[in-house]
Amino acid sequence: MAQAVRTRVLAHTLKNNGGYLSQACSSAEILATLYTRVMNLGPSRAPMIPPPFPGVPGPDNPNYFTGAGYNGPRAPHLDRFFFSPAHYALVLYATLIEVGRMAPEGLEQFNQDGSSVEMIGAEHSPGMETTSGSLAQALSQAGGVALARRLRRESGRVWVFMSDGELQEGQTWEALAALSHYKLDNVGIYFDVNGQQCDGKMDTVMTVGPIKARLEAFGANVFEVDGHDVDALAAPADQPREGKPLVVLARTDPCRDLDLLRARAPKFHYIRFAGAEERRAYQEALEQMRDG
Amino acid sequence: MEIVSRPHAKNLVAWSEDKPEMIVLSADLTGSCEVDDFRTAYPERFFSLGMAEQNLMGFAAGLAREGFFPYVHTFAVFICRRPFDQVAMSIAYPNLPVRLIGFLPGITTPGGVTHQAVDDIALMRVLPNMTILECGDATDVESVLDVAQSVNGPVYVRMLRGEVPRLFDRAEGIALGRARVLSVGDDVTIFSGGICTEEAIRATAVLRARGVSISHLHVSTLKPFNDPALLKTAAATRYGVITMENHSVIGGLGSAVAEVMAEAGLGKRLMRLGLKDTYAHGASRSYLMQKYGLDARTLVRAVESLMGTSFGLTEADLVAVRLTAVHSAARAEAL
Repeated sequence: MAQAVRTRVLAHTLKNNGGYLSQACSSAEILATLYTRVMNLGPSRAPMIPPPFPGVPGPDNPNYFTGAGYNGPRAPHLDRFFFSPAHYALVLYATLIEVGRMAPEGLEQFNQDGSSVEMIGAEHSPGMETTSGSLAQALSQAGGVALARRLRRESGRVWVFMSDGELQEGQTWEALAALSHYKLDNVGIYFDVNGQQCDGKMDTVMTVGPIKARLEAFGANVFEVDGHDVDALAAPADQPREGKPLVVLARTDPCRDLDLLRARAPKFHYIRFAGAEERRAYQEALEQMRDG
Repeated sequence: MEIVSRPHAKNLVAWSEDKPEMIVLSADLTGSCEVDDFRTAYPERFFSLGMAEQNLMGFAAGLAREGFFPYVHTFAVFICRRPFDQVAMSIAYPNLPVRLIGFLPGITTPGGVTHQAVDDIALMRVLPNMTILECGDATDVESVLDVAQSVNGPVYVRMLRGEVPRLFDRAEGIALGRARVLSVGDDVTIFSGGICTEEAIRATAVLRARGVSISHLHVSTLKPFNDPALLKTAAATRYGVITMENHSVIGGLGSAVAEVMAEAGLGKRLMRLGLKDTYAHGASRSYLMQKYGLDARTLVRAVESLMGTSFGLTEADLVAVRLTAVHSAARAEAL
C-alpha cells in the first residue's frame, strides 16, 4: 500500500510538473500503517469525490464542513486523527484513496481553483480536522481534544501525525509539557523523522537532536523505529501507556524507493522538474514502480 | 459612587455554577486574573497551562471543538500579541466558541510596556469571526459573560479587575452591539469606551454646567461595530465627534468610528483621544491617563477645540467632580 501511495504521488507530481514528492517517499508507510494498523476509525462518512470548498467557517456559513468525515464518525470508542504538516496533504489524499476512503478521481481536484483538495490542506480538506499549515498548531489542539475526551471518559485515542521540522517550533515543546503534565496518555504522535526541511538538511538549518532524549525529558514514552517497516511502526501503539503521551519516531529516508531524488540533495522540500530530461527520467522511474 | 471589589471573581463563580461545559484555562496568572475563587469552587473545571500561551490557545481550541466553552484568562497582551497566529488559525478561523478574557487593558497597569495592552483591540479587530467586548464598570463586568456566552464564535473581552466603580445601573447589563446612551445633546458627540467613560462623565458634567449640549455614548461592543445609534448620533451633532479610548488611536474605537462616518459620507469633524501612536511606560494609572491624554481635562480641551471656544475651566473645576476614592483601594502595583 505504501508503494501505491508513493506511485500515485509521483504520477501526480509528473502530471502537475511539481509537488511535495519527497514527503511521500518518507511518510508513505507511516500514513498507511496509521490507517490500516493503528487507528480505530469507523467507515468514512464523507463523499468519495470531495465537495468544493464550502466557504470559510463562520456564524453565517451553515454549509461548512471539515475533512474529518473521511476519518469516520465521532464516537466515544473511536479514535481521532490530527494531521499536522499540512504541506504533506498530497500524501494524505493518496493514502485516503488507497484505503478506499476517497475516489481516485478526487485527486483531479488537487490544487484546482474552488476545490477543497488544496495543495497545503486546511480543515475542509479530506482527512483533515484542523488548520495546521502554520506548523506545530495541531498538537496543542489535539491535546485539547484529548483533555476533553478524558473529561468525558471516552476510550478512543487521539493520533497526531507530525514532521520532525516541527520540533524546531517552541509550541511543540509547550504542548508536550502540557500532555505530560496532565498525563494525557490517550495521545499518540507519529513523527516523520526524515531530517529534512525547506532550506535543506535540518542539521544545517537548525539542529534539534538528540530528539529521543529531549522527548523523554519532556515526559513522553518514546519509541524509535524504522519508518519504512510497517510491523515496527505498528508495534508501539499496543505498548502499555503508563500515563505518558506516546511518541513514535519513525526514521525515514526522504528518497525512499526513488533514488533519482538523491541527485537533488540537499533540498527535497518541493520538487519542480528542471527540464524535459529530468522529467523523462522520473517518468521512467514511475513506470518501473508500476511494474515493480 | 459605589466601588465594587473584584466583581469578576465573584460573578464568575456564581455564573459558572449551572454551566458544567464552562472551563477556565489559566496561564500562571490565576490570582492576577481573579480566577482563584473559581479554582477553589470548581477545581475539576480549572486547568493551568503554565506560561505557554501558544499551546494554551490550541488546548482551548481543542476543548471547544469537543463542546466545552473554554474561558481563557490571562493578561490582554499575552492573548493578543504573543500567540496571535494561534488565536487566528486555531480559534478564529474555525469560529470556535473560545472566550478570551484579557486583563490589564491599556494603561491600567504600572507594569510597563510589556504588560500594557494598547493595541489589543486593533489586533483582534482584524480577525474575521472575532467579537470584541470591553468593560467600563462593575455592571459591565458582571453582565459581560452572558453576552460573550451568547455569541456563536470566539469572543475577546477587555476585562477590568480589582476595585471597579459602578457607573451604570446594576439592572441594565451590557447589550451586544448596543452602546449605552449616557446623555443626549446636539453640540458635541462623545463616544467613550472602557475606563475612559468614567473620565468622560466627569468632563461632561462640567461642560453641561457651562451650557454645552452633549451626546455621550459608552461603547462596549467594538466588533461587530454596527450599532445604528452611533451613526445617527454622529450625524445629528453640530460641532463634531470625539472618541476617547484607553488604546492606541489606530485600530480601536476611534478608527472604527472613523470608518463608519467616512463610509456614510458624514462630513463631520472627528477627534480621536487615546494613545497617539505611542507606547506607554510603567507608572500610575492617573499619571499615565494625564500624560497620554486619556483624562477629563484632555476631553474638555478637545470639546473646546471643536467648538472654537474656551470655557475657562481649571483643574480645580474637574477635581471638584473627581471621585478620588475610586482608585484608592486598588492594588495597582500588583501583577
